[in-house]
Amino acid sequence: MCGIVGLFLKDKSLEPQLGAMLSDMLVIMTDRGPDSAGIAIYGAPSDGRAKLTVQSAKPAADFAGLEALLKPVDASVSVELKSTHAVIETDAAQAAAVRELLAQERPDIRVMGSGDSVEIYKEVGLPKDVVSRFGIRAMGGTHGIGHTRMATESAVTTLGAHPFSTGADQCLVHNGSLSNHNNLRRELVREGMTFETQNDSEVAAAYLTAEMAKGKDLGQALTSALDDLDGFFTFVVGTKSGFGVVRDPIACKPAVMAETDQYIAFGSEYRALVNLPGIEDARVWEPEPATVYFWDHEKAA
Amino acid sequence: MDVSVKRESLEAMRVFDLATVPLRELNSALHTIAPGTNDTSFEVVNPRGSHSVAVGIDQPVTVEVRGSVGYYCAGMNDGGAVTVHGSAGPGVAENMMSGTVVIEGDASQYAGATGRGGLLVIKGNAASRCGISMKGIDIVVHGNIGHMSAFMGQSGHLVVLGNAGDALGDSLYEAKLFVRGEVKSLGADCIQKEMKPKHLKLLAELLEKAGVTDVRPEEFKRYGSARTLYNFNIDNADAY
Repeated sequence: MCGIVGLFLKDKSLEPQLGAMLSDMLVIMTDRGPDSAGIAIYGAPSDGRAKLTVQSAKPAADFAGLEALLKPVDASVSVELKSTHAVIETDAAQAAAVRELLAQERPDIRVMGSGDSVEIYKEVGLPKDVVSRFGIRAMGGTHGIGHTRMATESAVTTLGAHPFSTGADQCLVHNGSLSNHNNLRRELVREGMTFETQNDSEVAAAYLTAEMAKGKDLGQALTSALDDLDGFFTFVVGTKSGFGVVRDPIACKPAVMAETDQYIAFGSEYRALVNLPGIEDARVWEPEPATVYFWDHEKAA
Repeated sequence: MDVSVKRESLEAMRVFDLATVPLRELNSALHTIAPGTNDTSFEVVNPRGSHSVAVGIDQPVTVEVRGSVGYYCAGMNDGGAVTVHGSAGPGVAENMMSGTVVIEGDASQYAGATGRGGLLVIKGNAASRCGISMKGIDIVVHGNIGHMSAFMGQSGHLVVLGNAGDALGDSLYEAKLFVRGEVKSLGADCIQKEMKPKHLKLLAELLEKAGVTDVRPEEFKRYGSARTLYNFNIDNADAY
């Protein structure tokens, strides 16, 4: 099953509430999947700064003295600890060097996401517990996506939770199951992509990253996904400024969308949307099968 | 109307606010109605996408649902009259036996699936697989329907005032399909058939039953089974 949600704000006055709104939407979807939960929040990027969200199974050991460890590479580095995750903010020019040092000195730390604006939090457990341990409700941002998982294709672990991020400021949540992911993974490895899990959804994320690396925008990458991915899927995808939705041609995985002057929202079910402001008068529709929907803050501006 | 009678019937209306009352309470009340009672009017407020609202009705009650519902609303309905003043999630009126279900908004996938009788009216659009495996239900959709609708439909009628998606009536048995707009594609073994006077009469009755007054039966095309896939024949292997 799985439950997925997404929220793309048009009205800046709602931005401080993004984390709270998205958390409420995800918690309502809990009974679609109790195994693990995750949320990606896109905050306002600040010039010349980069963000790295990392995770550890042994945070006490791995995060001890982390800031001091990284200072020699980037004097401006800051580390914010949030339970099993940490958000490392660096000078964008030093981001690669920081990441290299991290991999060398703290090899058990896993990167959840990186980029100018995205922060990704995911763990095993119920949505209500996951959003509270990471303080998601207090977070602001421009857009975000969330997922609560009923595992089918790979183990119930932190790394197997969604969202999957395989490129800077890119992430994906998936309801469904892909049938050609092993083959596709082999092809993507040959193209130079790396994988953390045996999960099918990670392959979908990496596929989109690889397509966008070839110069496609999110909408074009989602369109080619319809040709190259086999199986059941409803995807909700985030990029630095964009938000996309696509369903496979059979479209048995549920999806409902709502749009008002203030936001575009996605839910696996209408229940996820009922607390949004002005939902009574929103345009509510079911996304068509094999049809790409995407919105972009930069293109709208 | 006698004012005192009207007043009495209003007082008899039982209201369930799903923001404060568990769904089980509504459905239990609907399942414990004594035959012949006059206390048969129900109203449901704040459904907020709840699943299984008013399922398993087996008495001639009326249920007015004020808002949108989730999965399986009015499933297995046998004799009730359920109106949803909003939209419905997947599987609305699934396996209906008799009675009426009216959706004022849109319906999600597999509306009226496996229905054996009664009337389902959807005033907006219906998504994919509308009337899948229908077995006697009548479905009237004011808007469009999605792909794979009436798949393996065995009997009953599907009337669509708008357009139909891909693979309409795939592997159809004897359900009769009437579409006023465009059909994107027909499924295996589904063909357009001649609209004879008896079909026009039948369609007029269905439209009247569904309260549709502004369209004429002559505006529709009829689709049905070519009956070539009823029994397995190796020559038809490609069509399955």
